[in-house]
Amino acid sequence: MNDPDPDPAQDRHLLTEMLRIRRFEERCVELYSAAKIRGFMHLAIGQEAVAVGVMGALRPDDAVVATYRDHGHALARGIPAGPLMAEMFGRVEGVSRGRGGSMHVFDAATRFYGGNAIVGGGLPVAAGLALADHLLGRDRVTACFFGEGAVAEGEFHETMNLARLWDLPVLFACENNLYAMGTALGRSESQTDLVRKAEAYAVTARAVDGMDVTAVAAAAGQAVDEIRAGTGPVFLELKTYRFRAHSMYDPERYRAKEEVEDWKSRDPIPRLQAELVAVGALDDGGLAAIEADITTEVDAAVAMAEAGTLEPVADLTRFVYSEAAP
Amino acid sequence: MTTYREAMREALRDALTRDERVFLMGEDVGAYGGCFAVSLGLLEEFGPERIRDTPLSESAFVGAGIGAALGGMRPIVEIMTVNFSLLALDQIVNTAAALSHMSGGQFHVPLVIRMTTGAGRQLAAQHSHSLEGWYAHVPGLRVVAPATLADARGMLWTALEDPDPVIIFEHGALYNVEGALDPDAGPTDIDKAAVRRAGEDLTLIAFAGTVGKALEAAEDLADEGVSAEVIDLRTLRPLDTATLLESVTRTHRAVVVDEGWRTGSLAAEISARLAEQAFYELDAPVARVCSAEVPIPYAQHLEQAALPQVRTIVAAARGVLAG
Repeated sequence: MNDPDPDPAQDRHLLTEMLRIRRFEERCVELYSAAKIRGFMHLAIGQEAVAVGVMGALRPDDAVVATYRDHGHALARGIPAGPLMAEMFGRVEGVSRGRGGSMHVFDAATRFYGGNAIVGGGLPVAAGLALADHLLGRDRVTACFFGEGAVAEGEFHETMNLARLWDLPVLFACENNLYAMGTALGRSESQTDLVRKAEAYAVTARAVDGMDVTAVAAAAGQAVDEIRAGTGPVFLELKTYRFRAHSMYDPERYRAKEEVEDWKSRDPIPRLQAELVAVGALDDGGLAAIEADITTEVDAAVAMAEAGTLEPVADLTRFVYSEAAP
Repeated sequence: MTTYREAMREALRDALTRDERVFLMGEDVGAYGGCFAVSLGLLEEFGPERIRDTPLSESAFVGAGIGAALGGMRPIVEIMTVNFSLLALDQIVNTAAALSHMSGGQFHVPLVIRMTTGAGRQLAAQHSHSLEGWYAHVPGLRVVAPATLADARGMLWTALEDPDPVIIFEHGALYNVEGALDPDAGPTDIDKAAVRRAGEDLTLIAFAGTVGKALEAAEDLADEGVSAEVIDLRTLRPLDTATLLESVTRTHRAVVVDEGWRTGSLAAEISARLAEQAFYELDAPVARVCSAEVPIPYAQHLEQAALPQVRTIVAAARGVLAG
C-alpha cells in the first residue's frame, strides 16, 4: 500500500525496529544450533510488521498480553535485548529470571504480561486488565496478541463476548499467519473469515495487510484512538506469514516451498526499505549505519547473556508465592 | 442465630465496604441473588459494577479476575460449583498459579475464587464432587475450606489481603447450618488447622463438610469411652502439618476423613506425611474414610452410601484403636 501520509523519520524508525527483531532472531537461531538456547523457541521472522506497527500505537502505561512467539513483541515494546537474550540462556539476569525462557517473557516496567504459551489463554487476562482500567476510570488500552489458531478456542469466543458486553478497552490483535502450528486455517475452521467471527460478537473488526508495517501502524493507531475514546474493543486481523518453521522442531511437511517463497516476496522489511530509498529518505550508507547499530546491540545482548549467572538452586522455589505484598 | 450462608454474605458485605477495589463477579451473583443465595441483596446495596453478573463463561470470567487483579483490583470470583470450575482450570492452573514464579516474581495475582463443593443434596455426578485435593496439588495456590460460621465469616477478608490467588471452598451442605456468631466476628487466620474437640485416644482429621460428621463420630465414640480429638484442617494448601503431628504425637492413632475419592486424595497426602514424619509415634496404621470411587449418584440411598458417614468414621476409629 502507498503510505497515505509519508513520514520518513517515522518510517525509518519502523524499519529499524523490524530489523532489530529480524537480526535478534537470526542470532537466536545460531545460538539455538550452538545449544546455548534450549526448549521450545518460536520465531516471528516474517511477522515483524505486526508487532512493530501495533506497539507504536501504544502508550507506556498501556498493557500488552502476548503469545509464546514473543521476542518481537518484547523488543518492539521496549524490553531491552540483553535481559531478553539472558532469559533464553536461562540466566538470572533474564527478564523472568530464567524461569520463563523464550515462551514466557514478562516485564513489569513495560506492563508486558507474557509470553503466554496456552493458545487463547491470554485473552481472558487481557479482558481483566481492561476491566480494572474500566473500574478505576483509567483511559488505558490493553493490546492482546494471539494467533489465528486461538479463534478455535472457547476462550476466544468467551472473551469476545465479554469484552463487547462490558465495553472493555482491549485491542485484539489477531496475527493470522495461516497455520496453527501445522494446521492450515481452512482445515480447522468452518468460517475462515476471521473478521466475521469478531463481528458476530458485535465487535468492531477490520482486516489489515500485516506485511505492510505502515498499514498496521495506521490501523492500530486508529483502533487505539477509538478504544481510548471509549467505544469498546476493536479486533484487527493482521494477515501475515512466518517465514521460518513453527518452532525449532518443525520439518514443515504441511506447506509448499512455493507458498513460502511467494510470501517472502512480500517481506515487510525490504518493502519498506525500497519505499524509503525511492523517496530519497534512505541510502546504502544509512542502511549500513542502522545495521551496524543493531549488530552492536545484538552483540551486547549475547555478551550479557553469556556473562549472565545462574540462579542458585537454593532459590528454586522463590516466587511460587509472593515475597512481599504488591 | 446465623446461617453459614449469612456469615458468608456478611463477609462479602464487609469486604465490599472496606475496600473499593473489591468486586464480586460470577454467574447469577447479582439479579438472581446467587445460585445458593449467598450474595442475595448485594446488587441493590453495591450496584452492578461491583456485583457483576457474567455470561456462562467460566474461563473468561476467571481469567478476567486474574487480569483485574493484575490491574490493581481485588476481585472475588464466584464459580457455582467445583465441577464447573473445570471449565476454568486452564486459567487457574496455567496462569493464576504460575504467574508469580514464571515471571520471576514480577507479577502477583491477588484473586479470590469462591466455589461450592461437596455432595449430600442429590445433585448427582456433575454438581457434587469434591475436587479440593486437585487444587491443593498446585503450587502457587492457597486453598481454604471454612467449616464453621466463624471461618465462613472470617476467611474471606484474610484471603483478599493475600497477594496470591486463594480458593475458598464452601461445602454446599453447610449453607443452611445455623449457629451463634459473635457480633464482633471478623477476619480469621488462614494458616492454621484448628482443634475442634480435644481428645487423647485418637485424632480424627477432617475438613469442610466432614468436620461436623467427625464431631458427631467423636460424640458417639465418647459414649464408648473413647476420647477422640477432632482437627479441622481449615487450610488445605499449605497443610498445617505441625498441628497434625503435635496431635498424633499425643494420641498415636489417626483417621483421615475426606469427601474426595481415596485414590490420590488429600487423605492420601496427609497419611503419607504422618507416615513420613510420625511413623514411630503411630501405634496403628493411619486409616482413611473417603468417598466411594464412583461419580456421585442421584438416588439418596446410593449417594449416602458413597459418602463418609458418622458410622463409617466410628468404624474406622474402632479399627485403629484395635490395631
